[in-house]
Amino acid sequence: MNSETSPAIELRGASKAFRTPSGTLHTAVRDLDLTIGRGEFVAVVGPTGCGKSTTLTLVSGLEEPTEGEVLVAGEPVRGIGDKVGFVFQQDAVFPWRTVLSNVMAGPRFRGVAKPEAKERAREWLARVGLSSFEDRYPHQLSGGQRKRVALAATFVNDPEILLMDEPFSALDVQTRALMSDELLELWAGTGASVVFVTHDLEESIALADKVVVMTAGPATVKEVFEIGLPRPRKVEQVRLEPRFVEIYREIWSSLGEEVRITRERGALDVA
Amino acid sequence: MSPDTVTASAAVIGTDRARARARAARNRTYLVTGSRIAVLLAVVGLWEWLARTAVIDPFNFSMPSKIWDQIRTWVVDGTAQGSLWEQIWYTLYEALLGWVIGVFAGVVLGIALGRVRFAADVLGPYIKVLNALPRIVLAPIFLIWFGLGPASKVASAVVLVFFPVFFNAFQGAREVDRDLVANSRILGASNRQVTLQVVIPSATSWIFTSLHVSFGFALIGAIVGEYIGATKGLGLLVAASQGTFNAAGVYAAMVILAIVALLAEGLLTFLEKRLFRWKPAEAGSAR
Repeated sequence: MNSETSPAIELRGASKAFRTPSGTLHTAVRDLDLTIGRGEFVAVVGPTGCGKSTTLTLVSGLEEPTEGEVLVAGEPVRGIGDKVGFVFQQDAVFPWRTVLSNVMAGPRFRGVAKPEAKERAREWLARVGLSSFEDRYPHQLSGGQRKRVALAATFVNDPEILLMDEPFSALDVQTRALMSDELLELWAGTGASVVFVTHDLEESIALADKVVVMTAGPATVKEVFEIGLPRPRKVEQVRLEPRFVEIYREIWSSLGEEVRITRERGALDVA
Repeated sequence: MSPDTVTASAAVIGTDRARARARAARNRTYLVTGSRIAVLLAVVGLWEWLARTAVIDPFNFSMPSKIWDQIRTWVVDGTAQGSLWEQIWYTLYEALLGWVIGVFAGVVLGIALGRVRFAADVLGPYIKVLNALPRIVLAPIFLIWFGLGPASKVASAVVLVFFPVFFNAFQGAREVDRDLVANSRILGASNRQVTLQVVIPSATSWIFTSLHVSFGFALIGAIVGEYIGATKGLGLLVAASQGTFNAAGVYAAMVILAIVALLAEGLLTFLEKRLFRWKPAEAGSAR
């Protein structure tokens, strides 16, 4: 398989163990097999703290797997590549930079000349509707606006692979729905493959082509569901379709069990 | 009443209230300033009165009028060591130079050790030992090494300034938001870019807190150095006044020092405000 036809992301028997401060080994992810095709939008759901985020750090190259392989575009991941974009749960924007300068950061880090970086940043700011805010500092923006800055700063690098770690979980419900629609619009033009980690099942079905259910930690793939809802979607409307409710029930019967296991473990830990 | 007049009268009441509030705020400012002046006058007046009626010994404690005379004499006729401005300039020069060198060394080493784990592990204990030493005792050694000139005072200012700045820069570099570093690395930043464009900017607020304190330390270093042995400077004025049992001279030098320190502090605050425009205003403080 060459790099043209290989899937965007492949995890083969990947495991990751961390050493905890008390010295014991904690296995976050165990024996994970997952393939994500090019241009696919995959949502990963699982109980809290099961190791969903670890999967993303493995793909991004921020962490190396203890065992197994992680391939991006057919190539094993060695450190942080230039194909990947990452949107964090907290808005990881530079508070001392203006909005424009924040969005310019990626191209500038990669050695793009200033005028070109500025032009590209302005283009993406226009797409997220923040053109008139380019001279503001992040603390002068609302949570949703900061998230838009983070999205623009990620998309401006033209990532082939977009990793999102519960990006909208800190937003209020209405802003969240708006941001989800905006994300789908932004993504539609790029052809990027997306891995979207969330604990919100509704969000995952509304956004994704495939929903991956993880087991209670150490995380591994339990089941993969094809969503098959037509695109373009509007998050608020798609929620009302009978097919949505049907899939929701189906996935929840799988996910609910893992959530219950996690909860019982938590109860044991407390006891 | 028609709706128009209702809104109109509401607006009048609104502006009346706003005006009353503004007046109350102004009155409070006057009251605070007035009380401050009253406290100063009371303390100075009491001191003067106690010294004149010989309740406290004017020879030991001097009195405000004598201190004022002393300052005037220094300003008009100069001191025994030369003009007063020259003494102030010498002390400021030594403190500033020591401060700049100390801050520079502290920031560079603090950031470097904060970034390079290995260096921090190796050098950590030595830095702790050096910090535990009461560094002011180094001043006599510097006098032996560098002589009576400014160099020995600069050196004692440097060792006093270095450590607080170093520890703050170190802490600042260690406590950079991990997500922010991860994000910039994914955006394409090299290690160097992370240090220069992520770690140093996030550590600046830590560093700046130490700059305020450390300028005071630089002044202490310069003054103590001059006090122990010098040819010029405010510390020498203190030492000389003490040598001639001139209590007023000691107090006068202290007053001058306080003014110099306050001016320097004001300048630093001004610079900080310019540099930290990206920070949200603190709750309750007017921008």
